[in-house]
Amino acid sequence: MAHQEGVTADAGDSERVSLMNDPKVRGLVFQVLLIIAVIYLVYSGVTNAIDNLARAGIASGFGFFGERAGFDIGQSFIPYTNDSTYLRAFFVGLLNTMVVAVIGIFFATLIGFIVGLARLSKNYLVQKFATVYVETLRNIPLLLQLLFWYKAVLAILPSPRAGGLEPGVEVVFNLNNRGLYMPRIVPEGGAQFIAYALILAIVAWILIGRWAKKRQMATGQQFPVFLTGLGLFIFLPLIAYLVTGMPLSLEYASLQGFNMVGGWVIQPEFMALLLGLSLYTASFIAEIVRAGILAVSHGQSEAAFALGLRPNLTSRLVVVPQAMRVIIPPLTSQFLNLTKNSSLAVAIGYPDLVSIFGGTVLNQTGQAVEVISITMLVYLTLSLLTSAFMNWFNSSVALVER
Amino acid sequence: MATHPTSIAYVRTEESPATAPPVLTGGVVGWLKENLFATPRDTILTILTFLFLLWIVPPIIDWAFISAVWTGESREACIAPGTGACWAFVEAKFGQFIYGRYPIDERWRVNLSGLLLIAGLVPIAIPSVPYKRENALYLLVVFPVLAFILLTGQFGLESVETALWGGLLVTLVVAIVGIVVSFPLGILLALGRRSEMPIVKMFCVIFIEFWRGVPLITVLFMSSVMLPLFLPDGVSFDKLLRALIGVALFSSAYMAEVIRGGLQAIPKGQYEAANAMALTFWQGTRLVIMPQALKLVIPGIVNTFIGLFKDTSLVLIIGLFDLLGIVQQNMNDQNWISPATPATGFVFAAFVFFIFCFGMSRYSAYMERRLDTGHKR
Repeated sequence: MAHQEGVTADAGDSERVSLMNDPKVRGLVFQVLLIIAVIYLVYSGVTNAIDNLARAGIASGFGFFGERAGFDIGQSFIPYTNDSTYLRAFFVGLLNTMVVAVIGIFFATLIGFIVGLARLSKNYLVQKFATVYVETLRNIPLLLQLLFWYKAVLAILPSPRAGGLEPGVEVVFNLNNRGLYMPRIVPEGGAQFIAYALILAIVAWILIGRWAKKRQMATGQQFPVFLTGLGLFIFLPLIAYLVTGMPLSLEYASLQGFNMVGGWVIQPEFMALLLGLSLYTASFIAEIVRAGILAVSHGQSEAAFALGLRPNLTSRLVVVPQAMRVIIPPLTSQFLNLTKNSSLAVAIGYPDLVSIFGGTVLNQTGQAVEVISITMLVYLTLSLLTSAFMNWFNSSVALVER
Repeated sequence: MATHPTSIAYVRTEESPATAPPVLTGGVVGWLKENLFATPRDTILTILTFLFLLWIVPPIIDWAFISAVWTGESREACIAPGTGACWAFVEAKFGQFIYGRYPIDERWRVNLSGLLLIAGLVPIAIPSVPYKRENALYLLVVFPVLAFILLTGQFGLESVETALWGGLLVTLVVAIVGIVVSFPLGILLALGRRSEMPIVKMFCVIFIEFWRGVPLITVLFMSSVMLPLFLPDGVSFDKLLRALIGVALFSSAYMAEVIRGGLQAIPKGQYEAANAMALTFWQGTRLVIMPQALKLVIPGIVNTFIGLFKDTSLVLIIGLFDLLGIVQQNMNDQNWISPATPATGFVFAAFVFFIFCFGMSRYSAYMERRLDTGHKR
């Protein structure tokens, strides 16, 4: 009985603990206070905003999307004139951002992997060069690099006329302060078959790759997938080109008066942005690649050598697949950084989302809340989509654990 | 004994000839052979890299030193075609690049703040100097107050409005305020993200992921254009303060993730030990968890700071004149406009940023080596 009394006494004690010290109650109180604080902040912010907007006579809501934009955009991948709506201007900006981000990611990854491998090279000169590249570009702000490319390199190039071009003479490549001029491919009737052939070649490449892998798994016989695929990739479109009667022609740029006419032009803003973004991000990717390869333990490559694999095969089959697991998560955040950093385009006048929407549209409509919220939401969505995709990719290369 | 070895066919009867000496592995030739021309592929790479360097390095040296203009009073000095860097421009504008338009008679206040900062930073950066806690307190609390008094001009000092600030001063102010505010905020957010209270956790996750998902430039636009709308009528901040709020919120999200990494690296036993000692949550956090977690993430904190330091250049887009902003503004000075000026100004700014960031990254690497207890070959 005594024992039981003790127990009940203990239980009574814990009931008598003051509410202040009960973790559950305290947690609840904290959370309620937090919610009240947040609600108060949001409420006062919204009422202030409504008051301020009403006083300034600024419209609110998203009605402005349907109105005429009335400004021109330097580069656009969809039809756009200054008679188009703000909504179309928004899509032009979004598309420009995505184009520069995708191309930038491609080049940054390419350069980054090359430089990262070069930093591990046994060749003294190559290794030191890669180190200097990484340390220099990583420690200088991206905005400065963009402005440097744009204002100190591309803007002081000679004008087409001063650059020694003869009026009316066609040139293949020309770099002047209007941009980089290249020949433009003009498709004629039947050109779509070349595109079909290209797609067919890619599909065939993938299918052959799958078949070859299955066969190798079953029989151990190897098949030269890469060479076959490359051959298909080159020869199928070539055959299509010849069979359809060579329906492609090149249009060259030439100087007419003060301006360049014809050809395919990459504008200096785009070039500066692409150069800056890819070189800067490449320096970070190089470090990630280096760290990833160093993270694969020596035992792995030693084991591969012990099995008789040659160095090339060792890195392709043993080191790189394991390094990729370490590389991919930080690589994802570099891709995200590049996409977010493309917003610095506003400083050099490339018409990306921030420059069109957060700049021109904001100035014209004055609807700061809507415009900036939409811009932020777009980047947030892009970030979440990229990280979702990379998470999926990451899980597909992740170590399968027991 | 008759079967003497001489009768066995496979036993040598005379000395074998001396083998050739080993290929030289020491000295200049040996070094070259090993590091530059080890294999045919290496040789090709070396030659290609060498040609590339030959192509880019001499023009750079020529531009920066040989045909550079070192003295001059105006653009006339740098206008001649073929001139390299116009260092005279940097020399003439140096004061502006450091202090902006801060009144010349009051510049000693900026210098004094700088000295106070160095006085706090040097001892905290050297691991063997004692009194780290007091030192950190000085840097995070005392120094900001002193610098605020000195720079803005309180207590009888002549007031200098922030519109006059510029150059390296603004760069450092933005970076330091960003880090000083984001540090405690980041700790709170990191703790909140690991909290067991679902609502607290949710708010922290949303806050962190939101700021990390948007570019800093939109954050700055938001704080400069949108923030004033949310404040009651009559309340207004100056431009620098608005930028500071944006930068501080942005960097606190990044800081929170760095600190969370440190918290996750602490073994569960440490938390349990703190509980077993009957320490409350805050006591345990303050005395057991944080000292270990923060020490682990010093390199991460320094890296965040490097990122923040570089990102401060973005404030020029909302019209503040940090180092890059003021360099860019001075390039358009009618007195100095020339084809060589932009490149010179950018290279100077890049050099200053590089010195700061490279120094910090070396320090971070040093700390990483010091704290590394792993097993590496």
